[in-house]
Parts: sequence; C-alpha cells; structure tokens
Amino acid sequence: MEFCEDGNYELREIQRLEGHTDRVWSLAWNPTTGVDGVPPILASCSGDKTVRIWEQSGPSRSWHCKAILEETHTRTVRSCAWSPCGKFLATASFDATTAIWENVGGDYECVSTLEGHENEVKSVSWNACGTMLATCSRDKSVWIWEVMPGNEFECVTVLQGHTQDVKMVQWHPTMDILFSCSYDNTIKVWWSDDAESENWCCCQTIGESNNGHSSTVWALSFNAEGDKMVSCSDDLTLKIWDANILRMESGDGYAPWSHICTLSGYHDRTIFSVHWSREGIIASGAADDAIRLFVESKDGSIDGPSYKMLLKKEKAHDMDVNSVQWSPVDHRLLASASDDGTIKIWELASTSTEKME
Amino acid sequence: MFQLLKMVSGLINANPIVYEKKERRIRSASDYADEDIKDPEHPYSLEELKVITEDAIEVDDEHSHVRVTFTPTVEHCSMATVIGLCLRVKLMRSLPSRYKNLMSETCLSDKVDIRVAPGTHATEAAVNKQLDDKERVAAALENPNLVDMVDECLAPTYG
Repeated sequence: MEFCEDGNYELREIQRLEGHTDRVWSLAWNPTTGVDGVPPILASCSGDKTVRIWEQSGPSRSWHCKAILEETHTRTVRSCAWSPCGKFLATASFDATTAIWENVGGDYECVSTLEGHENEVKSVSWNACGTMLATCSRDKSVWIWEVMPGNEFECVTVLQGHTQDVKMVQWHPTMDILFSCSYDNTIKVWWSDDAESENWCCCQTIGESNNGHSSTVWALSFNAEGDKMVSCSDDLTLKIWDANILRMESGDGYAPWSHICTLSGYHDRTIFSVHWSREGIIASGAADDAIRLFVESKDGSIDGPSYKMLLKKEKAHDMDVNSVQWSPVDHRLLASASDDGTIKIWELASTSTEKME
Repeated sequence: MFQLLKMVSGLINANPIVYEKKERRIRSASDYADEDIKDPEHPYSLEELKVITEDAIEVDDEHSHVRVTFTPTVEHCSMATVIGLCLRVKLMRSLPSRYKNLMSETCLSDKVDIRVAPGTHATEAAVNKQLDDKERVAAALENPNLVDMVDECLAPTYG
C-alpha cells in the first residue's frame, strides 16, 4: 500500500479482545506469522499476572485467545517480546524474573527463567538476530544475556549508569546497539566496539541538556531503516532523533544520535507508548485515552524533516492507552492495549478510498 | 520505592497540631478522598491534621478529573509518598466506576492527580513524580508490606 500523506484517514476498530482481568501493559506481534498462510499471532501481558496468546483464524477471520500463560509469574507481567524466529516469547515481570516460553506445537512451555535483577523487571528486548536479550529493572541496571544452546541464557554484562528506574530497553533493528530509557529522564545508548561484544559501555546519554526529555522517558522506537528513532515521555512530547548509521555499519566507530524535532502540544497527559510503522507512520498511546498518528511532512522545511499529526483517535479506550504496536506484516493493522483491560485491533483506512492505492 | 518501606522507627512529627473534624451532612464527590484516612504515624485522620482539606480537592465531573493537593505536617515528612498512596487507593475504592469493565481496583477510569501542596515538602518534585508514575504505584500496590500499611490507614476502625 502506498501511503498518501494528504489522504483522509481513520482508525477503524476491527475487534476488541477481552479476557484479561486487569490492565493490559504491553503487546507483541509474532514477526513470523501473518504470512504464507500462517495466521497472525499477538501476545499480550497484564497486571493479572498472565500472558495471553491471540490468533486470528477461522472463516470469520476473527481473533481468539489461543493460550493463557499463567502460574509462572507471581506478579504483574509488564512486557513481552517475540524472538526474531517467532518460536520464543520472553516475558518480563514485577516478580524480578524474565521467563522464556517456547512454542511447541501451539503449546507454550516455560523453558527458562532469568533471575538476577533485584526487583521489578520492566522491559525485555531481543537483538535483531536473536542471539542476545536485554532486560532492565527498577534496580537501575540493564542486563545483556547471551542465548546459549539448550535454552540457556548467560549474563554477558550488567550495565550501570542510569540513576533511576529503567523503563524500557530496545535493540536497534539492524545493529547490536542497545537503547534504554529511564525515570531519570535520559536515554542511554550502549555499545561494544569489539567483535566479541564483551566491552559494553555507555557511548551516549541523551538528556535534557542536549535536547532530550525533561521527565520520565517511557518508550522509544525505530523507523524501518534504523536511521531514525522516536521517544516519548511524561513531559508530554515526542522527540525524533537521527544518526549516521552507514558510518556505524561500515565499522567506522560510533555515530551519535542527534535531535531532529520535538512534537509538543498534542498530548496533555503522559505518553506511554510510541511505535514507528514500517511505512513511516508513528503511533502514540497516552494517558488521555487517545491514539495519535504522525507522519513526516513533505513540505520541505529548510530546518530538516518536520512531522505533523495525521489523525487523533479520541476515546480509543475507556482508560489509559499503555501500548500501541503496528503489525510487522499487514502495515495497516495497529493493536493497542489499555488500563481498561482490553486490546483493540485497528485498521488504518482511508475515508476516501480512491486515494488508497 | 516508596520510602516508607524503610519504616521509620521514631515519629517524624511527634507533636502535630490536631484540628477539629468537620461535620458533614451531604456527601459530595470530594468527601471520598479524605474521609477517614488515618495518618500513617498518628491516631488522627488526615483531615484532623489538616493534611487534607476540602478546598484542596478539585473535582471536574465533566472531564472525570480529580486533583488532590495534600499538605504534609512537616516538610521532611518521609511518609508523604505513603499518604499520597493512601489517597489514591481510597479514591480507587470509593469513586464510582464509570465503566462496567473496570475489574481491578488498581485501574482508575477517572484521571486522578495527587500532589504535595507547593512549598510544603523538601522533595516536592520527587514525591509528586513518584505519585504520578502509575507503574511505580502499581508495583507498590503489589507489595504486601505497603498494602498492609495502606490498609491500616484506611481501616474504618480507629479512635
């Protein structure tokens, strides 16, 4: 689908998924499903201590809960992430552990439990090739784990540097560079300059003094090329960053991320989630119960790229929107999760169909 | 997390001024917030200690928005975050649920902001930030020690 900047778009609710009995914190689309006749699969995790696996199947093409992963985590499950191969799901919990689940013929077995953080684990992320996992916690640390044979996970390094609660970790989509964002208002970039990936260190801290956020940074996301990043914060702004990734990919050392623009004046309560679609649409979910979509404006500003709001979906949920995630396969599909205990599947559709090509 | 976990051994403010409890005839929305919350340290209610007053509770029914501003008895009160947590839990349990699918008391359909009154606490910004972070509030409310303490403050049976 060619995305037309000037079209009129709307978010159409396709289905509301109910089942969780507490707030839904986070969502993850399985990246290997939804193609070649494999039905799309979505994982969700909740304050009800469970993870639910949802599948779109049957003649009606409607979503159903296929599995409930329970009795492993003893507290809120805050975040979940599929491995790039789609076979493993990692779940991070306030119970201080990260569980690894393996899909064995549609049944999910907990094959490993990663322990070490002192308290709540907030986020988990796989690197692009699925050989490493990162976790972060209220204990202010970021851990990198190496995936070993036989479902073993070995801690490679414990990264200290944040002065507060670390809210999210996210690997770069193409390179082994790790990003973390925190209650200390900063984003930190972690990188290792040796081939063995053993000398991890913080190579950049993006804070308020260098155009960064002035309150908790809740999430960040990359565009498809990986040369731009968007972050969202309790300071009610979204910020866009870019870096010379060609330099990094060619092995010429680290190239720092720099501020392109700040999107402010759109949200009036905390922005919890941001996700950049492969088509270039940025979705944000906030405590004002709304979902907003932003696109790069092609107006050709001399100051570099600028971004504008494509649409705002008021009352997308009855309560705070905690997570927004675009489908990695069907680029028009967006999933959202809320404090109201539901997940919604949305379709980005044109109100004037002839403009959708 | 909430400093209260460290459990102060002695009283922070040993001799608080106790004010008369206000008589109420009609229950208004603002009554829900302050009614009968016991101070974490004293056998008095937050109202009697003037930690909470009716004026400090703003309710915007149209936008489902509640703002509560409380005044710690001393500016180094390490119980400030606990008081804020008590206020939030009290509101969670008392406010009318606007939606049928509100199944958990850790989620609020109303937007509730709980703040320390400006200039009344040494670490005002830090206290406000903690009370504002729903993830940390959610984690605190899964901590049995903290929940016991909040429950004790909210227990209706006190002198």
